[in-house]
Amino acid sequence: MTSWPDLIFEKLREFGIRHVAYVPDAGLARLIELCQAADDMEPTVLTTEEEGIGILAGAWLGGERGALLMQSSGVGNCINALSLAKVCGFPLLMIVTMRGEWGEMNPWQIPMGQITGKTLQLAGVIVYEVTKPEAAAPTVEAAARICFNGGLAVAILLSQRMLGTKLFKD
Amino acid sequence: MEEENKLPRRAAIAQILAERQDTLVVTGLGSPTYDCAAVGDHPLNFYLWGAMGSAVTVGLGLALAQPKRRVLVVTGDGEMLMGLGALATVAMKGPNNLSILVIDNEHYGETGMQQTHTSAGVDLAGIALRCGFPQSVTVRQQAELDNAASILYMAKGPVVVVLKVSSARDPLVLPPWDGALLKSRFRQAVLGPQVF
Repeated sequence: MTSWPDLIFEKLREFGIRHVAYVPDAGLARLIELCQAADDMEPTVLTTEEEGIGILAGAWLGGERGALLMQSSGVGNCINALSLAKVCGFPLLMIVTMRGEWGEMNPWQIPMGQITGKTLQLAGVIVYEVTKPEAAAPTVEAAARICFNGGLAVAILLSQRMLGTKLFKD
Repeated sequence: MEEENKLPRRAAIAQILAERQDTLVVTGLGSPTYDCAAVGDHPLNFYLWGAMGSAVTVGLGLALAQPKRRVLVVTGDGEMLMGLGALATVAMKGPNNLSILVIDNEHYGETGMQQTHTSAGVDLAGIALRCGFPQSVTVRQQAELDNAASILYMAKGPVVVVLKVSSARDPLVLPPWDGALLKSRFRQAVLGPQVF
């Protein structure tokens, strides 16, 4: 069976995503590799997640589409920058891998992980949670359509239920 | 650092923007937005009124999407300091069509003229250089402005020009702040009417 990152990657392709801005996460490693290997994609590693909101707004101003990939801990870094997407009606597609949400071992991840979805919703972002690998690509498709047709900010949260939990063992 | 900065910001920016031709201009919140509006509104101006720290990253995304057009970001020292990491991100991507003009009055002009870090000597042009920008200069004199404009429009990017300006306040000149209007106007001017 094709893995969920490969299927998400195909959806990004279908929707004409060129700019892929990211702060890495272990759960996103495969998807980032696929984007880096694609000749028609422009991957950009960020020092902090909110840079991606500006980059994707700029890309849209120049006629191109993008997606922002990050771990849930980065969502908090994005809040004020989200006003750029909201007030201007920029489409903003975010794929967020969760920490601190389900069976988390590291207590420092739990505060942000527990408020990630609610925080995004408070900031006006449409949120979809994905708990099963087979639902990931169809959710990206649904989210991308709403995002780019509606000029809206949409986040897909990939749960630790499907990613697995980091166990801090070698 | 009490090295006196006397360049009048509005006149300096007017001189630089007079040579813009079809350059795409992104302005950072506060005075840089007002300064560019004071030169004259333009459909190829995208004014930020908030999202502090985002002017450089918007310029980066635009430069990557429009590699044949020059992109000029006009921002202030306060915003540049908030988004210093963006200089590292820009350097890593290395867009040769992106220029960043930092209007540095060493103060937060919107909030009561509190001093910024550049007043203590933090060197924004030096930071950009150490990030790997091929060219990054600080300009203090009127005589250097012609050269600054030629760097901003002609040099292989990414480049930074830090313009050390007087901290005197200029009259407010407010461009439109309807974000959806600014976005759509800009896209139409760049991409043509088929975008809608």
